[in-house]
Amino acid sequence: MSSSTEWPLWEVFVRSRRGLSHTHAGSLHAPDAEMALRNARDLYTRRNEGVSIWVVPSTQITASSPDEKDSFFDPSADKPYRHPTFYDIPEGVKHL
Amino acid sequence: MTPTPVSPASPGAGPAPTTTEAPALHAAALALGDDALVLSHRLGEWAGHAPVLEEEVALANIALDLLGQARVLLSLAGDEDELAYLREERAFRNLQLVEQPNGDFAHTIARQLYFSVYQTLLYGQLADTDSLLAPLAAKAVKEVAYHQDHAEQWTLRLGDGTAESHERMRRGLDALWRFTGEMFQPVPGLDLDWQGMREQWTARVTEVIEKATLSVPEGPQSGAWTAGAGREGLHTESFGRMLAEMQHLHRSHPGASW
Repeated sequence: MSSSTEWPLWEVFVRSRRGLSHTHAGSLHAPDAEMALRNARDLYTRRNEGVSIWVVPSTQITASSPDEKDSFFDPSADKPYRHPTFYDIPEGVKHL
Repeated sequence: MTPTPVSPASPGAGPAPTTTEAPALHAAALALGDDALVLSHRLGEWAGHAPVLEEEVALANIALDLLGQARVLLSLAGDEDELAYLREERAFRNLQLVEQPNGDFAHTIARQLYFSVYQTLLYGQLADTDSLLAPLAAKAVKEVAYHQDHAEQWTLRLGDGTAESHERMRRGLDALWRFTGEMFQPVPGLDLDWQGMREQWTARVTEVIEKATLSVPEGPQSGAWTAGAGREGLHTESFGRMLAEMQHLHRSHPGASW
């Protein structure tokens, strides 16, 4: 647990270019959302990485539990029909 | 070598700078370049000492932006390394404001606020002129607009924060106020509206300071002997120590490379 004098933690999501989704880039400390955005700009977009940034308080993220990994994810592993492997992907289709 | 007479109409020679323009341009590039170099070094001193890691990166980013500007400007005025590392204190033309020691974080933010608002206005005007410095100004104005935003955001948070941060921000603003008058003394070679710049600067700084629940310092913007001093090579006590640290390596090992 962090002490009360420490700034809260924020998760940073960066969209690298238009048309792509925001991707988790990392996390940082900041006193509020506005400063978190600015810190994220300094830490994660210095080399032309981004066109848009989201910051989310880390406490607002609900994560799946590592202990329940088997029951969560294994049942889908043996159902090949869920995967689009039976189609030929036309040439020129990107991001698939 | 036989001197070759150069005809002004010779093809490909391009417009030669007039004799009055070149020294003035050098002086202007030196003044702005020294501002950027000296403040960059001061901000670099926060490395390893900033209150939090994120803020250390932010200050280092700003310092590197300024160093980039300094390199372009000093290269226009001469050899950048010679100018940065081999000049004596009296040959530097930077404002006294930028050489002031970092103090606490609020003190540094006060210095950033005063200077970045000035630099944004100055580069903004310069970018619209036909000066040789205009392309640099057009590029740098985006950088310094971010520096201004950083300083304003922190001024608001420190001023409107705890009693302690409010008091420290007030102290920083008060202590540096007397160095702000020098900024609006016209720099030879820069044909700008200095009076208009002062008015815009005062309006913006006043707005931010009041929004931060603080008040604009009272008293003259320049002490009697400090007026225009930095631009004429007169500097304050701590500048010599800063220069010694900045130049020590280059002077101890002339011509050394990595």
